[in-house]
Amino acid sequence: MKHAEAVKKYRARKIEERFFHSLFFINGILVIVVLAGIFAILLKTAAPAFREIDLREFFFTVHWDPAGYEKESYGIIAMLVSTFLVTLGALAIAIPIGIGAAAYLCDVAGPRVREIAKPLIEVLAAIPSVVLGFIGIVVVNPMLAKFFRQPNGLNAVNGSILLAIMALPTIISITEDALVSVPRSFEQASLALGATKWQTIIRVKIPAALSGIIAACMLGMGRAIGETMTVLMATGCAPALPTSYLHAVRTMTATIAIELGEVPYYSTHYYGLFAIGLTLFIITFMINLVADLVLHNFQKMQR
Amino acid sequence: MHDVKIKVSNFSLSYGDVPAIKNVTMSIKANRITGIIGPSGCGKSTFLRALNRMNDLILGVRTSGTILIDSEDILQKNVDVVHLRRRVGMVFQKSNPFPKTIFENVAYGLRIGGIKDKAYIEQKVEKSLQAAALWDEVKDRLHKSAFELSGGQQQRLCIARALAVEPEILLMDEPASALDPLATLKIEELIHELKKKYTIVIVTHNMQQAARISDFTAFFMLGELIEYDVANIMFTKPRKKITEDYITGRFG
Repeated sequence: MKHAEAVKKYRARKIEERFFHSLFFINGILVIVVLAGIFAILLKTAAPAFREIDLREFFFTVHWDPAGYEKESYGIIAMLVSTFLVTLGALAIAIPIGIGAAAYLCDVAGPRVREIAKPLIEVLAAIPSVVLGFIGIVVVNPMLAKFFRQPNGLNAVNGSILLAIMALPTIISITEDALVSVPRSFEQASLALGATKWQTIIRVKIPAALSGIIAACMLGMGRAIGETMTVLMATGCAPALPTSYLHAVRTMTATIAIELGEVPYYSTHYYGLFAIGLTLFIITFMINLVADLVLHNFQKMQR
Repeated sequence: MHDVKIKVSNFSLSYGDVPAIKNVTMSIKANRITGIIGPSGCGKSTFLRALNRMNDLILGVRTSGTILIDSEDILQKNVDVVHLRRRVGMVFQKSNPFPKTIFENVAYGLRIGGIKDKAYIEQKVEKSLQAAALWDEVKDRLHKSAFELSGGQQQRLCIARALAVEPEILLMDEPASALDPLATLKIEELIHELKKKYTIVIVTHNMQQAARISDFTAFFMLGELIEYDVANIMFTKPRKKITEDYITGRFG
């Protein structure tokens, strides 16, 4: 009797376990399926573009003008350069400030300042991108125009500044976590050797937290490179090859956002926009991959 | 011959309102090994960390009395702690090499001291590793991560790192407590060798170790210095009953 009961319980447990096992399995698979699905649709819709547009034209010519009067042109160099210009500018602003702010929060600020400042910084991430774009037009725009003596301030710098603001919360927050998780013993060893607080941060804590800091910057970059609304509003949207940060630019994302609403379906132009999307996807994918490899190597070196 | 290197007078320390060290007066002799023993929480580590002002890192620490190192009171507010810590090196209980190469670990103190001369740094690193009896074991892999070393080797690396900045005094906070007996023996031999050049103050939990290596021994309890004498006398004829009880393992 007892034995039969035990067997019954065992079976029930077995079924329960199997149920949860499959539940989690399905959840895990679902994410991969959705991701693969997005990639497949992107690939499928972009593929015809490369039948209709010469690959060399697509990747190596400057102008994107699908409604050209004399000739349609499908070159992405101008928007590619624009995207990189704005993104690199944003990183150049956000990384030093972000690491500095994180080091301040971690090592200099008192516990009370940290308690208030950290959530506040994280709230910064909740500002909708369209609001930031608005600020770009209304606030940053006249400031830049005045500072650089330009007719207006809707240009690459404007986009970089706004994207830097967007990337900052991520960079600060994750960098600070990484710095906090550096063992106290490293800090103590450094101070006991006669290092100043400053030297300890620069030479011991930041290197020890580098994997986390790189991850933070990559996430910040991911945010910046794919951002659409803000750059669309603040960068002036001129589809020409920019030669300086004071030029109005149009990034890859902005081009897709502007044109996809009005393009006739299944036209070369339509496929071309998906090809841009695919290119962007591959770029971000490569960035993440490289970052992952760098991180992995770095961790291996440390251990 | 053996001058007083550190002269502690009426030294007290408290964390906020909690007293940790009460009115300690003792003289620590140059080129001698001074062992500090006592039960957990007796203030021995705190005392050690007062000697290079590492307690400054903890909020709310207050001190009174004086600690003279070569007749300079290191407790004064205007003391340059960076300079002090270069004179008073420290080795911690758990080995704590930086996540850098073996070479860079030892060179760290020199680099932060502003030394850029490559040849000098190389020579100094080699000398320090030799002094820490580690050179032969690592000379072929100086540019490998310090984490590849064994626990005992890591601790000797930390000693080498401390020696590289040429301190006058070496503080050791239970440097062998996390090591196996063989590694411990090596560290003890090393400490014995080091006293020729340095004044060593070592905190230890291990009575046999204190008896083996220290020239003078101080017994702390509940923040007070109970007894302080030549090690031989301490471990054979302690003057106080409570010291004897502790040494013979009746409590602790």
